[in-house]
Amino acid sequence: MPMRKLQVAAFAALALSYATGIHAQNSYGIGRAATPAEIAGWNIDIDRHGNNLPPGSGGVSHGREVFDRQCAACHGAKGDGCIGDQLVGGQGTLATPKPVRTVGSYWPYAPTLFDYIRRAMPQNAPQSLTNDDVYAVSAYIFHLIGLLPAEATLDAKALSAIKIPNRNMFVGDLRPDVENPACMKDC
Amino acid sequence: MDRGVRLKLVLQEAGLQAGAKWVVAEGADAAALTRSVPIEKCLGDAVLVYSQNGERLRPQQGYPLRLLLPGFEGNMSVKWLRRLRVAAEPTYSREETSKYTDLMPDGSAREFTFYMEAKSVITRPSGGQRLSVPGFHEISGIAWSGHGKIKRVDVSVDDGQSWQEAQLQEPVLTRALTRFRLPWHWDGQPAVMQSRAIDETVYVQPTLAELLAVRGENYYYHNNAIWPWRIGTDGAVTNAHA
Repeated sequence: MPMRKLQVAAFAALALSYATGIHAQNSYGIGRAATPAEIAGWNIDIDRHGNNLPPGSGGVSHGREVFDRQCAACHGAKGDGCIGDQLVGGQGTLATPKPVRTVGSYWPYAPTLFDYIRRAMPQNAPQSLTNDDVYAVSAYIFHLIGLLPAEATLDAKALSAIKIPNRNMFVGDLRPDVENPACMKDC
Repeated sequence: MDRGVRLKLVLQEAGLQAGAKWVVAEGADAAALTRSVPIEKCLGDAVLVYSQNGERLRPQQGYPLRLLLPGFEGNMSVKWLRRLRVAAEPTYSREETSKYTDLMPDGSAREFTFYMEAKSVITRPSGGQRLSVPGFHEISGIAWSGHGKIKRVDVSVDDGQSWQEAQLQEPVLTRALTRFRLPWHWDGQPAVMQSRAIDETVYVQPTLAELLAVRGENYYYHNNAIWPWRIGTDGAVTNAHA
Protein backbone atom coordinates (compact mmCIF):
# COMPACT_ATOMS: atom_id res chain seq x y z
CA MET A 1 0.00 0.00 0.00
CA PRO A 2 2.60 2.56 -1.02
CA MET A 3 0.01 5.25 -1.67
CA ARG A 4 -1.22 5.14 1.90
CA LYS A 5 2.34 5.51 3.12
CA LEU A 6 2.85 8.54 0.92
CA GLN A 7 -0.43 10.06 2.00
CA VAL A 8 0.51 9.78 5.64
CA ALA A 9 3.90 11.33 5.01
CA ALA A 10 2.39 14.11 2.96
CA PHE A 11 -0.29 14.79 5.49
CA ALA A 12 2.25 14.99 8.29
CA ALA A 13 4.26 17.48 6.27
CA LEU A 14 1.27 19.56 5.30
CA ALA A 15 -0.23 19.70 8.74
CA LEU A 16 3.05 21.40 9.59
CA SER A 17 2.82 23.72 6.69
CA TYR A 18 -0.63 24.85 7.70
CA ALA A 19 0.51 25.42 11.25
CA THR A 20 3.44 27.61 10.35
CA GLY A 21 2.22 29.28 7.19
CA ILE A 22 5.66 29.86 5.71
CA HIS A 23 6.89 27.85 2.75
CA ALA A 24 10.53 27.21 2.09
CA GLN A 25 12.04 27.97 -1.29
CA ASN A 26 13.06 25.13 -3.60
CA SER A 27 10.06 23.18 -2.41
CA TYR A 28 9.49 19.70 -3.80
CA GLY A 29 5.85 20.70 -4.03
CA ILE A 30 4.53 17.38 -2.78
CA GLY A 31 0.98 17.02 -1.54
CA ARG A 32 -1.56 19.65 -0.61
CA ALA A 33 -2.31 21.73 2.42
CA ALA A 34 -4.40 20.04 5.08
CA THR A 35 -7.77 21.71 5.43
CA PRO A 36 -8.82 23.27 8.73
CA ALA A 37 -11.52 20.58 9.00
CA GLU A 38 -8.93 17.82 8.63
CA ILE A 39 -6.71 19.37 11.26
CA ALA A 40 -9.61 19.99 13.63
CA GLY A 41 -10.49 16.30 13.62
CA TRP A 42 -7.15 15.40 15.14
CA ASN A 43 -6.25 18.56 16.98
CA ILE A 44 -6.82 17.37 20.53
CA ASP A 45 -3.50 18.37 22.13
CA ILE A 46 -3.88 20.37 25.32
CA ASP A 47 -0.80 21.98 26.78
CA ARG A 48 0.05 22.62 30.42
CA HIS A 49 -1.70 25.99 30.39
CA GLY A 50 -4.96 24.42 29.19
CA ASN A 51 -4.75 25.91 25.70
CA ASN A 52 -7.08 24.13 23.27
CA LEU A 53 -9.35 22.78 26.00
CA PRO A 54 -12.79 22.38 24.37
CA PRO A 55 -16.07 24.03 25.36
CA GLY A 56 -18.21 22.12 27.82
CA SER A 57 -18.25 21.36 31.52
CA GLY A 58 -18.93 18.64 34.03
CA GLY A 59 -19.33 18.35 37.76
CA VAL A 60 -18.12 16.02 40.50
CA SER A 61 -21.40 14.15 40.98
CA HIS A 62 -21.78 13.28 37.30
CA GLY A 63 -18.08 12.47 37.25
CA ARG A 64 -18.64 9.89 39.96
CA GLU A 65 -21.19 8.14 37.73
CA VAL A 66 -18.82 8.19 34.76
CA PHE A 67 -15.95 6.97 36.90
CA ASP A 68 -17.95 4.09 38.40
CA ARG A 69 -19.04 2.98 34.94
CA GLN A 70 -15.85 3.58 32.91
CA CYS A 71 -12.85 3.77 35.23
CA ALA A 72 -13.36 1.98 38.55
CA ALA A 73 -12.86 -1.53 37.15
CA CYS A 74 -9.17 -0.77 36.54
CA HIS A 75 -8.40 2.21 38.79
CA GLY A 76 -10.30 1.06 41.90
CA ALA A 77 -13.56 2.27 43.39
CA LYS A 78 -11.98 5.48 44.74
CA GLY A 79 -9.05 5.80 42.33
CA ASP A 80 -6.89 3.83 44.70
CA GLY A 81 -5.50 1.68 41.93
CA CYS A 82 -5.88 -1.91 40.82
CA ILE A 83 -4.68 -3.17 37.44
CA GLY A 84 -4.68 0.50 36.40
CA ASP A 85 -2.60 3.26 37.96
CA GLN A 86 -3.44 4.63 41.37
CA LEU A 87 -4.88 8.10 40.76
CA VAL A 88 -5.26 9.60 44.24
CA GLY A 89 -3.24 9.64 47.43
CA GLY A 90 0.52 9.43 47.73
CA GLN A 91 1.12 13.03 48.76
CA GLY A 92 4.25 13.24 50.87
CA THR A 93 5.66 9.91 49.66
CA LEU A 94 7.86 11.01 46.76
CA ALA A 95 11.02 11.43 48.84
CA THR A 96 10.53 8.12 50.66
CA PRO A 97 11.69 4.59 49.75
CA LYS A 98 8.16 3.75 48.57
CA PRO A 99 6.94 6.69 46.51
CA VAL A 100 3.35 6.59 45.29
CA ARG A 101 3.06 8.50 42.03
CA THR A 102 -0.51 9.61 41.36
CA VAL A 103 -2.29 12.45 39.62
CA GLY A 104 -2.50 14.12 43.03
CA SER A 105 1.02 13.45 44.26
CA TYR A 106 3.14 13.54 41.13
CA TRP A 107 1.56 15.03 38.00
CA PRO A 108 2.65 18.63 37.42
CA TYR A 109 -0.26 19.99 35.36
CA ALA A 110 -4.01 19.53 35.74
CA PRO A 111 -4.96 20.05 32.04
CA THR A 112 -2.81 17.01 31.17
CA LEU A 113 -5.40 14.83 32.93
CA PHE A 114 -8.12 15.97 30.52
CA ASP A 115 -5.80 15.49 27.56
CA TYR A 116 -4.88 11.97 28.58
CA ILE A 117 -8.38 10.79 29.52
CA ARG A 118 -9.81 12.13 26.29
CA ARG A 119 -7.16 10.66 24.02
CA ALA A 120 -6.50 7.34 25.72
CA MET A 121 -9.23 6.33 28.17
CA PRO A 122 -11.10 4.13 28.85
CA GLN A 123 -8.57 1.67 27.56
CA ASN A 124 -11.18 -0.49 25.81
CA ALA A 125 -12.70 2.50 23.99
CA PRO A 126 -10.42 5.54 23.87
CA GLN A 127 -11.88 8.81 22.56
CA SER A 128 -15.41 7.56 23.23
CA LEU A 129 -16.27 9.91 26.12
CA THR A 130 -17.92 13.26 25.47
CA ASN A 131 -16.04 16.39 26.44
CA ASP A 132 -18.59 16.98 29.21
CA ASP A 133 -17.93 13.49 30.57
CA VAL A 134 -14.18 14.10 30.51
CA TYR A 135 -14.60 17.37 32.41
CA ALA A 136 -16.89 15.58 34.88
CA VAL A 137 -14.59 12.64 35.52
CA SER A 138 -11.62 15.01 35.82
CA ALA A 139 -13.59 16.96 38.41
CA TYR A 140 -14.35 13.76 40.32
CA ILE A 141 -10.70 12.71 40.34
CA PHE A 142 -9.57 16.13 41.56
CA HIS A 143 -12.30 15.90 44.20
CA LEU A 144 -10.97 12.51 45.34
CA ILE A 145 -7.51 14.05 45.43
CA GLY A 146 -8.80 16.81 47.68
CA LEU A 147 -8.33 19.72 45.29
CA LEU A 148 -12.03 20.32 44.53
CA PRO A 149 -15.17 20.41 46.72
CA ALA A 150 -18.04 17.96 46.09
CA GLU A 151 -20.19 20.60 44.41
CA ALA A 152 -17.48 21.77 41.99
CA THR A 153 -17.86 21.92 38.22
CA LEU A 154 -14.96 22.04 35.77
CA ASP A 155 -14.70 23.82 32.45
CA ALA A 156 -11.67 25.01 30.52
CA LYS A 157 -11.03 27.96 32.79
CA ALA A 158 -11.57 26.12 36.08
CA LEU A 159 -9.44 23.15 35.05
CA SER A 160 -6.59 25.40 33.93
CA ALA A 161 -6.67 27.11 37.33
CA ILE A 162 -6.08 23.93 39.36
CA LYS A 163 -2.56 23.80 40.71
CA ILE A 164 -1.25 20.38 41.67
CA PRO A 165 1.22 20.89 44.54
CA ASN A 166 4.03 18.90 42.90
CA ARG A 167 4.30 21.15 39.84
CA ASN A 168 7.43 22.94 41.05
CA MET A 169 9.35 19.73 41.80
CA PHE A 170 10.38 19.08 38.18
CA VAL A 171 13.88 19.93 37.03
CA GLY A 172 15.74 19.46 33.76
CA ASP A 173 18.22 16.81 32.67
CA LEU A 174 21.21 17.05 35.01
CA ARG A 175 23.21 14.23 33.46
CA PRO A 176 26.03 13.29 33.31
CA ASP A 177 25.81 13.05 37.08
CA VAL A 178 27.39 9.67 37.89
CA GLU A 179 31.15 9.11 37.66
CA ASN A 180 33.00 5.85 37.27
CA PRO A 181 36.79 6.35 37.58
CA ALA A 182 37.38 3.44 35.14
CA CYS A 183 39.89 1.73 37.40
CA MET A 184 41.88 -0.96 35.56
CA LYS A 185 43.93 -2.72 38.32
CA ASP A 186 43.55 -3.40 42.05
CA CYS A 187 40.09 -1.92 42.04
CA MET B 1 18.71 -1.02 9.13
CA ASP B 2 16.03 1.64 8.88
CA ARG B 3 15.20 3.66 5.79
CA GLY B 4 13.28 6.85 5.66
CA VAL B 5 13.32 10.57 5.07
CA ARG B 6 15.15 13.05 7.24
CA LEU B 7 12.63 14.93 9.33
CA LYS B 8 14.70 18.02 8.63
CA LEU B 9 13.74 17.83 4.95
CA VAL B 10 10.05 17.62 5.75
CA LEU B 11 10.29 20.55 8.16
CA GLN B 12 12.14 22.60 5.56
CA GLU B 13 9.46 21.78 3.00
CA ALA B 14 6.80 22.93 5.43
CA GLY B 15 8.78 25.95 6.57
CA LEU B 16 9.51 26.83 10.19
CA GLN B 17 8.81 30.08 11.98
CA ALA B 18 11.30 31.69 14.33
CA GLY B 19 9.44 30.51 17.45
CA ALA B 20 9.54 26.84 16.48
CA LYS B 21 11.24 25.13 19.43
CA TRP B 22 9.51 21.77 19.72
CA VAL B 23 7.77 19.26 17.49
CA VAL B 24 4.92 17.31 19.06
CA ALA B 25 4.67 13.84 17.51
CA GLU B 26 1.42 11.90 17.80
CA GLY B 27 0.78 8.25 17.01
CA ALA B 28 -2.31 6.68 15.48
CA ASP B 29 -2.36 4.01 18.17
CA ALA B 30 -5.42 3.73 20.39
CA ALA B 31 -3.84 5.98 23.01
CA ALA B 32 -2.70 8.56 20.40
CA LEU B 33 0.67 8.57 22.17
CA THR B 34 2.21 12.02 22.20
CA ARG B 35 5.79 13.10 22.82
CA SER B 36 7.51 16.46 22.38
CA VAL B 37 10.87 16.54 20.61
CA PRO B 38 13.32 19.47 20.72
CA ILE B 39 13.64 21.22 17.36
CA GLU B 40 17.44 20.70 17.40
CA LYS B 41 16.92 16.93 17.29
CA CYS B 42 14.30 17.27 14.55
CA LEU B 43 16.73 19.30 12.43
CA GLY B 44 19.55 16.89 13.29
CA ASP B 45 19.48 13.12 12.87
CA ALA B 46 15.73 12.50 13.29
CA VAL B 47 14.25 10.29 10.58
CA LEU B 48 10.75 9.45 9.37
CA VAL B 49 11.12 5.72 8.81
CA TYR B 50 9.08 3.69 6.33
CA SER B 51 11.12 0.50 5.96
CA GLN B 52 13.31 -1.71 8.06
CA ASN B 53 15.67 -4.49 7.03
CA GLY B 54 14.63 -4.30 3.39
CA GLU B 55 10.90 -4.56 3.86
CA ARG B 56 8.11 -2.18 4.73
CA LEU B 57 7.78 -1.45 8.44
CA ARG B 58 5.88 -4.18 10.19
CA PRO B 59 2.70 -3.23 12.05
CA GLN B 60 4.42 -3.77 15.39
CA GLN B 61 7.18 -1.38 14.31
CA GLY B 62 4.85 1.46 13.38
CA TYR B 63 3.63 0.86 9.81
CA PRO B 64 3.30 2.86 7.66
CA LEU B 65 5.50 5.58 9.16
CA ARG B 66 7.33 6.11 12.40
CA LEU B 67 9.67 8.62 13.92
CA LEU B 68 13.21 7.49 14.74
CA LEU B 69 15.28 9.55 17.17
CA PRO B 70 18.72 7.93 17.45
CA GLY B 71 20.05 7.88 21.01
CA PHE B 72 16.78 9.02 22.61
CA GLU B 73 14.64 6.84 24.86
CA GLY B 74 12.68 4.52 22.60
CA ASN B 75 9.23 5.72 23.62
CA MET B 76 9.89 8.99 21.77
CA SER B 77 10.31 7.27 18.40
CA VAL B 78 6.55 7.49 17.92
CA LYS B 79 5.06 4.66 15.85
CA TRP B 80 2.10 4.84 13.46
CA LEU B 81 2.91 8.53 13.17
CA ARG B 82 -0.13 10.53 12.17
CA ARG B 83 0.70 14.08 13.11
CA LEU B 84 3.56 16.47 13.74
CA ARG B 85 2.75 19.79 15.35
CA VAL B 86 5.38 22.50 15.63
CA ALA B 87 5.12 24.48 18.84
CA ALA B 88 6.95 26.96 21.05
CA GLU B 89 6.67 24.71 24.11
CA PRO B 90 6.52 20.99 24.84
CA THR B 91 2.96 19.72 25.16
CA TYR B 92 3.63 18.22 28.61
CA SER B 93 1.72 15.07 27.73
CA ARG B 94 1.13 12.33 30.26
CA GLU B 95 4.03 10.37 28.74
CA GLU B 96 6.50 13.16 29.44
CA THR B 97 5.25 14.23 32.87
CA SER B 98 3.76 11.38 34.89
CA LYS B 99 5.79 8.81 32.95
CA TYR B 100 9.34 9.03 31.53
CA THR B 101 10.38 11.44 34.27
CA ASP B 102 12.98 10.38 36.79
CA LEU B 103 12.12 10.61 40.48
CA MET B 104 15.18 11.47 42.58
CA PRO B 105 15.80 10.67 46.26
CA ASP B 106 14.92 14.23 47.36
CA GLY B 107 11.48 14.02 45.74
CA SER B 108 12.38 16.17 42.75
CA ALA B 109 11.89 14.68 39.30
CA ARG B 110 13.94 15.17 36.17
CA GLU B 111 11.97 15.83 33.03
CA PHE B 112 12.95 15.71 29.34
CA THR B 113 15.79 13.27 30.04
CA PHE B 114 15.97 12.11 26.46
CA TYR B 115 19.42 10.67 25.82
CA MET B 116 20.34 7.13 26.76
CA GLU B 117 23.83 7.12 28.24
CA ALA B 118 26.45 4.51 27.35
CA LYS B 119 25.60 0.94 28.21
CA SER B 120 26.89 -2.53 27.50
CA VAL B 121 26.04 -6.11 28.28
CA ILE B 122 27.83 -9.40 27.82
CA THR B 123 25.61 -11.57 25.65
CA ARG B 124 27.82 -14.65 25.79
CA PRO B 125 28.06 -16.09 28.31
CA SER B 126 24.91 -14.59 29.76
CA GLY B 127 22.03 -15.45 32.06
CA GLY B 128 20.38 -18.78 31.36
CA GLN B 129 23.37 -20.15 29.43
CA ARG B 130 25.79 -22.78 30.69
CA LEU B 131 29.49 -23.17 29.95
CA SER B 132 29.98 -26.78 28.88
CA VAL B 133 33.58 -27.33 30.00
CA PRO B 134 36.47 -25.39 31.51
CA GLY B 135 38.88 -24.02 28.93
CA PHE B 136 38.73 -21.43 26.20
CA HIS B 137 35.58 -19.33 25.83
CA GLU B 138 35.10 -16.13 23.91
CA ILE B 139 33.36 -13.41 25.88
CA SER B 140 31.19 -11.32 23.57
CA GLY B 141 28.67 -8.57 24.04
CA ILE B 142 27.28 -5.32 22.73
CA ALA B 143 27.77 -1.70 23.73
CA TRP B 144 25.98 1.46 22.67
CA SER B 145 25.63 5.12 23.56
CA GLY B 146 23.03 7.76 22.83
CA HIS B 147 25.86 10.29 22.77
CA GLY B 148 27.78 8.88 19.82
CA LYS B 149 30.34 6.21 19.09
CA ILE B 150 31.64 3.62 21.51
CA LYS B 151 35.28 4.41 22.16
CA ARG B 152 36.27 1.48 24.37
CA VAL B 153 34.81 -1.46 26.25
CA ASP B 154 36.51 -2.98 29.28
CA VAL B 155 35.75 -6.45 30.60
CA SER B 156 36.37 -7.84 34.07
CA VAL B 157 36.30 -11.57 34.86
CA ASP B 158 37.24 -11.24 38.55
CA ASP B 159 34.23 -9.42 40.01
CA GLY B 160 35.56 -5.99 39.13
CA GLN B 161 39.04 -6.36 40.68
CA SER B 162 40.78 -5.80 37.34
CA TRP B 163 39.70 -4.91 33.82
CA GLN B 164 40.99 -5.59 30.31
CA GLU B 165 40.24 -3.72 27.13
CA ALA B 166 38.08 -5.73 24.75
CA GLN B 167 38.34 -5.70 20.97
CA LEU B 168 35.68 -3.71 19.12
CA GLN B 169 34.24 -5.09 15.90
CA GLU B 170 34.28 -2.63 13.01
CA PRO B 171 32.49 -0.69 11.80
CA VAL B 172 31.93 1.34 14.95
CA LEU B 173 29.05 3.64 14.09
CA THR B 174 27.50 6.47 16.04
CA ARG B 175 24.56 5.56 18.28
CA ALA B 176 24.66 1.98 16.99
CA LEU B 177 25.19 -1.37 18.67
CA THR B 178 28.89 -2.15 18.79
CA ARG B 179 30.09 -5.73 19.23
CA PHE B 180 33.03 -6.40 21.57
CA ARG B 181 35.03 -9.55 22.23
CA LEU B 182 37.60 -10.86 24.67
CA PRO B 183 39.18 -14.31 24.70
CA TRP B 184 38.95 -15.97 28.13
CA HIS B 185 40.18 -19.14 29.75
CA TRP B 186 37.76 -20.47 32.33
CA ASP B 187 39.50 -22.45 35.05
CA GLY B 188 36.26 -24.06 36.23
CA GLN B 189 36.09 -21.90 39.37
CA PRO B 190 33.21 -19.51 40.22
CA ALA B 191 33.61 -16.15 38.52
CA VAL B 192 31.79 -12.86 38.04
CA MET B 193 32.17 -11.15 34.66
CA GLN B 194 30.98 -7.76 33.48
CA SER B 195 31.56 -5.15 30.80
CA ARG B 196 31.99 -1.37 30.97
CA ALA B 197 31.39 0.88 27.98
CA ILE B 198 33.13 4.21 27.36
CA ASP B 199 31.82 6.48 24.63
CA GLU B 200 33.41 9.21 22.54
CA THR B 201 32.44 11.85 25.12
CA VAL B 202 34.68 9.85 27.53
CA TYR B 203 31.64 9.02 29.62
CA VAL B 204 32.14 5.77 31.53
CA GLN B 205 29.25 3.36 32.15
CA PRO B 206 28.75 3.27 35.95
CA THR B 207 28.31 0.37 38.32
CA LEU B 208 24.86 -0.15 39.80
CA ALA B 209 26.20 1.00 43.19
CA GLU B 210 27.52 4.23 41.67
CA LEU B 211 24.22 4.85 39.91
CA LEU B 212 22.09 4.16 42.99
CA ALA B 213 24.31 6.36 45.18
CA VAL B 214 23.39 9.40 43.09
CA ARG B 215 19.92 8.60 41.78
CA GLY B 216 18.40 6.35 44.43
CA GLU B 217 16.26 3.28 43.99
CA ASN B 218 13.13 5.00 42.67
CA TYR B 219 14.87 5.87 39.44
CA TYR B 220 14.34 3.36 36.63
CA TYR B 221 13.85 4.78 33.15
CA HIS B 222 17.55 5.19 32.39
CA ASN B 223 19.26 2.36 34.19
CA ASN B 224 22.48 2.03 32.19
CA ALA B 225 24.44 0.34 34.99
CA ILE B 226 27.03 -2.35 34.46
CA TRP B 227 25.36 -5.78 34.59
CA PRO B 228 27.47 -8.63 36.01
CA TRP B 229 26.97 -12.33 35.36
CA ARG B 230 27.92 -15.01 37.86
CA ILE B 231 29.48 -18.23 36.59
CA GLY B 232 28.98 -21.25 38.87
CA THR B 233 31.27 -24.26 39.20
CA ASP B 234 28.77 -26.16 37.03
CA GLY B 235 29.11 -23.48 34.35
CA ALA B 236 25.63 -22.06 34.96
CA VAL B 237 25.38 -18.33 34.20
CA THR B 238 23.10 -16.28 36.44
CA ASN B 239 22.36 -12.66 37.33
CA ALA B 240 25.02 -11.61 39.83
CA HIS B 241 22.76 -8.86 41.24
CA ALA B 242 20.03 -11.39 42.10
